[in-house]
Amino acid sequence: MSASLEKGINALTQQVDSTVAAFFTSCVHCGMCAEACLFYTETGNPAATPIHKTEPLRRIWKSEYTLQGRIGKALGLTAKVDEALLSEWETLVYDNCTLCGRCSMVCPMGLDIALLIRKTREGMAAAGHAPEGLIGATTRAITIGSPMGVKLPALMAQIKHVEKDSGLKIPLDVEGAEYMLLLSSMEIMNFPEFISAIAKIFSKANVSWTISTQAFEATNSGIQIGVTDIAAELVQRIVDAAEKLKVKTVISPECGHAYMAIRWDGPNLIGKPFTFKVRHILEVLDELRKDGRLKITGKEKQRLTYHDPCQVSRRGGVIDQPRNLIDLFAENFVEMPDHGKMGWCCGAGGGVSSNERADEVRLKAFQRKKDQLDEIKPDAIISACSNCRINLEDGLEENNMEIPLLSLTETLAEHLAD
Amino acid sequence: MSEIEFLNWVRGPGFQIAIIIFVAGVIIRFAEILLLGRKPNLAEAKGSEMRGGLCTIVSRSFPDKNTFQRSAFTEVSGWIFHGGLFITIFLFAPHILMFKDIIGFGWPALPTPVIDAMTVVTIIALLAILVHRINNRALRFISTKEDYFVWLITILPLITGYLAFHRIGMTAPTLLAIHILSVELLMVIFPFTKLMHAFTITLSRWYNGAISGYRGVES
Repeated sequence: MSASLEKGINALTQQVDSTVAAFFTSCVHCGMCAEACLFYTETGNPAATPIHKTEPLRRIWKSEYTLQGRIGKALGLTAKVDEALLSEWETLVYDNCTLCGRCSMVCPMGLDIALLIRKTREGMAAAGHAPEGLIGATTRAITIGSPMGVKLPALMAQIKHVEKDSGLKIPLDVEGAEYMLLLSSMEIMNFPEFISAIAKIFSKANVSWTISTQAFEATNSGIQIGVTDIAAELVQRIVDAAEKLKVKTVISPECGHAYMAIRWDGPNLIGKPFTFKVRHILEVLDELRKDGRLKITGKEKQRLTYHDPCQVSRRGGVIDQPRNLIDLFAENFVEMPDHGKMGWCCGAGGGVSSNERADEVRLKAFQRKKDQLDEIKPDAIISACSNCRINLEDGLEENNMEIPLLSLTETLAEHLAD
Repeated sequence: MSEIEFLNWVRGPGFQIAIIIFVAGVIIRFAEILLLGRKPNLAEAKGSEMRGGLCTIVSRSFPDKNTFQRSAFTEVSGWIFHGGLFITIFLFAPHILMFKDIIGFGWPALPTPVIDAMTVVTIIALLAILVHRINNRALRFISTKEDYFVWLITILPLITGYLAFHRIGMTAPTLLAIHILSVELLMVIFPFTKLMHAFTITLSRWYNGAISGYRGVES
């Protein structure tokens, strides 16, 4: 056995706990997860059936943690995990899954299939079977501090522009601030308007906040590729900065997996509870709304819909907040046929957007979102994840559909009363 | 071995062996799962694990509209054959007598013609499920030998029970012995195949609901 295969098998073995065992024991191969997955419904590729993607992990569970599997292993009957299996599964686990978790909501046996696929990635990555694009993004995140290679000077340049355009000061490294804002590289490079929107809202609502120059990157390639050590290191950088500045709450920006990484995985990755709270920007804004600190003027007359970022809504629990906020300024809001916790993924989360090899299947999978949009024909789509936003724009362009994409935070900022 | 000796064996030692394997197997499988344990969640909770877990145990039997539409056959046939199995196993008078023998108490039975009809309905549902498994692209692709084997072992007691009740093809003692033997076969493979889902479904749904519930989402 090669050293990398052994590493992969060890990593898979470490992933098995009572949830994994209960899940695999309960699977009856009913196939309902296939119908919940846009990589199956839009391509008809049976190998994209969610539970099938977990096969490497299932084999390890069976051969190491079940009586019949161990007997079978001794007799040479239980199926093994080998190089061939891992190479074959690489595209299933990384290109054909966004970890959106819709399958986990549908499985009649209650398997959290997305969790099983996430755990399978740990073994794949350890064995060296991760896509080039994700390896690159992860390496940049560790060495440079951002998956897109955004360094502090780039952020500083954008902040300078924002300050000039808005006339507002962006507070940097303020000790004792209530909130510490994180940003995704995508926001820094493609959507700096997000920073000015936050500055505007927080200044009007009189919120004490800051950005740390030591840890401003919110994204976490470690959880996408499935390497716990790297994910933990990236979380630790944020924890160190938040503790140094003694902030009360860290804000995760409009990015799905960044929220999952810092809010739900973070403390478990570093092995201790945080000394501060973590909130998604929409949760913070909704709190301000509840406290009457958001004064809104003017209503959007156009037909608006909301695209639920999977890691924010279904996997993150931030479902009502965006709707409460949209209600403040939208007169004509319409939900997609399946929304909230049952929303359909944009097709590019979970590292798929960093993986060029997956471009073709990603655009095919986008058909699901297109069909949803065709049904309600909105004038504009609001979302709260810049990765969803870029992918939706890309998909719409491919399909010659002209529907603008809006950030919820930015749209809200535009409707603030002077 | 005469047919009476055969019947006595399956009713006596055969049944005891099957029960021992079934009970010990189920206990071992549960121990295998639970002893693995689960790390405590260190993230600040947004909702209750217990509430989410308990809700999902119930709610997962009733899918949302879109899921139902996409998997209508699986849902409906699943309900019918599970209901049919429950009724034929637990509400047939002679079965209740047998349970009374083992556990000391019984319960009211359904009229025999109802059980007879339900047996036919359940057999038809299981046959339809097999056809669906073979015809559906994703389902055929993910199906393993175990899936077909378990299907066979599940339908056998229904068929042998029907034949025994109507005394078709063989003498009554032989038919009854074959029926009991088919049930014993089911009991013996039960803990070591996907049939275990009958017990672990509660655990698995609880975990699913608990994971989501902790994050404030009802799954």
